[in-house]
Amino acid sequence: MNPYNYLYVAGLLFTIGAIGVVIRRNAIVVFMCVELMLNAANLTLVTFARINGTLDGQVVAFFTMVVAACEVVVGLAIIVTIYRSRRSASVDDASLLKR
Amino acid sequence: MVTSTSLVYLIALPLFGAAILLLAGRRSDKWGHLLATALSAGSFGVGLYQLSQMLSRPTAERAITQKLFSWIAVGTFKVDAGLLLDQLSICFVLLITGVGTLIHIYSISYMSHDENRRRFFAYLNLFIAAMLLLVLGNSYLNLYVGWEGVGLASYLLIGFWNQKPAYATASKKAFVMNRVGDMGLSFAIMISFATLGTVSFAGVQAASHTASKAALTAIGIMLLVAATGKSAQFPLQAWLGDAMAGPTPVSALIHAATMVTAGVYLIVRSNFIFDAAPTAQLLVVIVGAITLMFGALVGTAKDDIKKALAASTMSQIGYMILGAGLGPAGYAFAIMHLLTHGFFKAGMFLGAGSVMHGMNDQVDMRRYGALRKFMPITFATFGLGYLAIIGVPPFAGFYSKDAIIETAFNAGGVKGILLGSTALLGAAITAFYMTRVMVLTFTSKERWEDDQHPHESPLLMWIPMAILAIGSVTTGFLFTRGHALVHWLTPVVGERAEGGKVLLQPAVVSGLALVAVIIGVAIAVSKYQLGKVDSVAPQNVSVFTRIARKDLMQDSFNEAVFMKPGQALTALLVKGDDKVIDGAVRGIAATALGTGSTLRRTQTGFARSYAAFILIGAIVLIAAIWVVTQ
Amino acid sequence: MNALTTMMLLPLIGSILVAVIPSDQVLRIKQAALGTTLLVAISGILAWVKFDSSNTALQFVESAKWIPSFGINYAVGVDGLAIVLILMSVLLAPIVVLAGWNESEGGRWSPKVFYILILVLETMMIGVFAATDVFLFYVFFEAMLIPVYFLIGGFGTGERAAAAVKFLLYSLFGGLLMLASIIGLYVISGANGGHTFDITRLSELHMHMSSMTQNLLFLGFFIAFAIKAPLWPLHTWLPDAAAASTPGTSVLLLGVLDKVGTFGMIRFCLALFPDASKTFTPLIIVLAVISIIYGAFLAIGARDIKRLIAYTSISHFGFITLGIFAMTSQGMSGATLYMFNHGFSTAALFLVAGWMQSRRGSSTIADFGGLQRVTPVMAWTFFIAGMSSLALPGLSSFVSEFLVLVGTYTRYPVAAVIATFGIVLAALYILIPVQKALHGPTTPGNENLSDLNLREKIAIAPVIAIIVALGFYPSPLLNVINPASAHVLEVQGFTDPVPSESAGK
Repeated sequence: MNPYNYLYVAGLLFTIGAIGVVIRRNAIVVFMCVELMLNAANLTLVTFARINGTLDGQVVAFFTMVVAACEVVVGLAIIVTIYRSRRSASVDDASLLKR
Repeated sequence: MVTSTSLVYLIALPLFGAAILLLAGRRSDKWGHLLATALSAGSFGVGLYQLSQMLSRPTAERAITQKLFSWIAVGTFKVDAGLLLDQLSICFVLLITGVGTLIHIYSISYMSHDENRRRFFAYLNLFIAAMLLLVLGNSYLNLYVGWEGVGLASYLLIGFWNQKPAYATASKKAFVMNRVGDMGLSFAIMISFATLGTVSFAGVQAASHTASKAALTAIGIMLLVAATGKSAQFPLQAWLGDAMAGPTPVSALIHAATMVTAGVYLIVRSNFIFDAAPTAQLLVVIVGAITLMFGALVGTAKDDIKKALAASTMSQIGYMILGAGLGPAGYAFAIMHLLTHGFFKAGMFLGAGSVMHGMNDQVDMRRYGALRKFMPITFATFGLGYLAIIGVPPFAGFYSKDAIIETAFNAGGVKGILLGSTALLGAAITAFYMTRVMVLTFTSKERWEDDQHPHESPLLMWIPMAILAIGSVTTGFLFTRGHALVHWLTPVVGERAEGGKVLLQPAVVSGLALVAVIIGVAIAVSKYQLGKVDSVAPQNVSVFTRIARKDLMQDSFNEAVFMKPGQALTALLVKGDDKVIDGAVRGIAATALGTGSTLRRTQTGFARSYAAFILIGAIVLIAAIWVVTQ
Repeated sequence: MNALTTMMLLPLIGSILVAVIPSDQVLRIKQAALGTTLLVAISGILAWVKFDSSNTALQFVESAKWIPSFGINYAVGVDGLAIVLILMSVLLAPIVVLAGWNESEGGRWSPKVFYILILVLETMMIGVFAATDVFLFYVFFEAMLIPVYFLIGGFGTGERAAAAVKFLLYSLFGGLLMLASIIGLYVISGANGGHTFDITRLSELHMHMSSMTQNLLFLGFFIAFAIKAPLWPLHTWLPDAAAASTPGTSVLLLGVLDKVGTFGMIRFCLALFPDASKTFTPLIIVLAVISIIYGAFLAIGARDIKRLIAYTSISHFGFITLGIFAMTSQGMSGATLYMFNHGFSTAALFLVAGWMQSRRGSSTIADFGGLQRVTPVMAWTFFIAGMSSLALPGLSSFVSEFLVLVGTYTRYPVAAVIATFGIVLAALYILIPVQKALHGPTTPGNENLSDLNLREKIAIAPVIAIIVALGFYPSPLLNVINPASAHVLEVQGFTDPVPSESAGK
């Protein structure tokens, strides 16, 4: 099978994720879209590892997965805390950063 | 040239006095005036000693010098702190210290009620020291130090009662107008160094033989500017009338006898420049002629006795400048008139001070009258000075002023006739306004205010007046006996050219002058002695009187031409500095700030808009890379 | 140990000493600061005595490797110009400390910080005049801004924060331009015999530069110095900074720091870029003359006494720059002497103005009046300082101002003539405040002002003494300055114009 097809899939996934981050308001969904983009990147890395016949890409992908896992833990905790204090999981409500 | 080690004491004594009195402060209140007077007298003593030494030497060795130390030496610009005493400067030394000491004595009594008498004497000593430096310096730069030094002393003394704002303004005006003149002296020194390579009198004199006429004319004109400032000559004359704000002894010493004559000294000292620069010399006589008429006209309208005398001073110095501008023929007569004027004008100012002393400091002559009976000594001394200034033989002014008028007539051509007639007309006007002063003050009817009780001044005041009066009577005769002063000064100012065409014989000139004087006196007597004098100046007078009362509009002119535009320019620059230059700086700062706050608007705080920016940025970046790598 | 290094280390040690004294022992801190500055002043006088004025080479030379990979050295040494300016700096420091005994209190921080800043600043003042490595000079030049920034912003009055920022940004702007030029020099030196920042070697580089390069590098240096000096139209930071500083800071700012600008023009602009200097001389002469007249007019129009003094300084710096670029021995020596004299006459003016302000609580001229009768000694010191500022003969400034004018006239008569009008304006800008503040009737609120106390008299006495003494006898300084300025001109290839009508011609 042509490995380049994986790249197309990864591109599709990344686009879906990016669009989701920009247009969705719900923090959980945004978060999932971020994960989607990370996984798209992972998929590319693994694909290139396969194309080039080296292990570098796979190693980096593992790093990414570990970092993503940590990020999920911290990110979800923040979202839950925000939800608790404001009764809303909309990212637009949390726009106090500019002050 | 003979060197000496004792010249410096002439200056050091009064300078020491000034320093002691100023540094010791109130502690020296008790004895300060005595010390100052003693030191001034000491300086006079040194002057007499120097004169006796000078007389004992042959004519060629009479000038002596003293080098104190090397003052400024940079490259070829070398100026020593050096002194030069020759036949010309000894005249000034004796006048300054002699009249100065008399005025010190007078002031002991005159200022006895002033709580700051010590400070007054400190300033007087400072003035004597600076004036001596002016006449003793052996280069233009040393002269410049004394020149500004007397300006400073004059500033301090005019503003001695500076708690009165008008007096403070008068002192500032005097200093600033003097500085305009000083600028001329600066220019003269700069030109002299740039063209002749030296600024010492001896060096410039030696170089003047080979120098071009253009350079010498430039130096001469600049020296004339300096002289007009210091000697209150046209067009820098406006400060002298206001300078009468100072105590009367100051007016006598500084603004009549010595400092204001420094311009005449400068021109006579620079005779080698003016003799070689006819254009500059012509300007000198023009300035002198204008000022002698200017002062005389102003003098006819003044009711303030001191201002009338000040106008007369201006006019008399005009005669001296005129004389000095006539070249070797006139230098000695200018100096002679300067010396006789020093006696009679100082004496008259002291007399005016004596009158004020007896009349509760009243200066308005319309409030005087008939004081002859109450102040006989003042009347007598003032009267002798009066006879001297209007030129009645055999008093001093007759000899010195007639000599100048005669020299003016014989200057040749139309110029001579014009100058001679101006000087003659001036003599008539002088007789008129001085008779007016005399009549209004001493002989006409009483016009006093109620609480005035005129009385004669104390001994310490009238003795100096008496001595000066004796000088007013005798000096003219002494100076002219066997052409004494002319011969004395010849080594400095050069030989008079003999055998020129003589337009009018001396006797004719004297006759004409006497007629002029008689006319002037007669008009004044008929108008003021026989006519009625108002105790308040009448307002319904002719336009000429009004202009004369306003000093021929000199202040209005200066105000309109220099002060107002200057103030406008200052205001404009202050505003421009703030709005334009600093405005540009602030503009740059504001632009940076504005850019920042515009860009800040993109920071909405919405996480999704940040994400969108990142996305767009990434796409642009990828596109850019793609374009570049294609 | 090297005299210059010792002089630079002493204030640093003093500042450490001050730092370890507990903050509440204010008197002890002040005494330590005064003692240190006095010690430095004595070592400065000793160095000046030891200085051999007949030798035109750099003296008290010391060099040590600092950052060898860039060819940067700690290199110091002085010629006759630098030693005079160092002498001025170290003499002014104890006077400033003594005169402003109480001005450290009431600032944003404790007095301790004030004296640490002053002492650190003194090290840098000496260093900036002594540095013979261009990079070292740059470091001192920029580092000096930091203590001054905090001195203005932390201890000043009025709009001190804004003034401090304005001062800092102005100076940084110039400094960065200079940095660019320094890097340019470094690069060029690499192509011509190895990378270096040594001033002696850099001064031979101009032969390898195109005139365009030389002009650009010159401008980088010159703009930095013209801001520092300050020259019209880069002057607007000075009045704000001077008005907002404490008097002592103003003295150091105008008296010493600004001299770095004019000193740098001689040391760097002329030495490194002789051809560019010639190219720009007409422009600089014009700017200098404008500064003289412009500063004087603004001083006449000033309402605040401290701003007035700042504007007079702009006029005086115009004279100094004019003297430098006239390229005659009189102009050059006069300008250097002027730097020294200006330090003292401005110091006297600022210190007395500061005392007036602290007594009256205002620095507006119109608030004073009749001080001569209330506080005669204070009025006299102000008057003498003012007379020195207007260059009265017999006081020190006259000698230097006249030398500048004479020196300029021989080469640029028109510029000298216009500049001479400045002396009439000087009479106005000094006598107007004298009349308003010292003369006239005593205005309400001034009746009970106290006259100078003993400490203040002791602080101002040496300043007045120097002003008077140098007016009559400037030779001690001129003898040191003359060979050095002659050397500068010789290197530049200038000889004094010959008198146009001299007998030999």
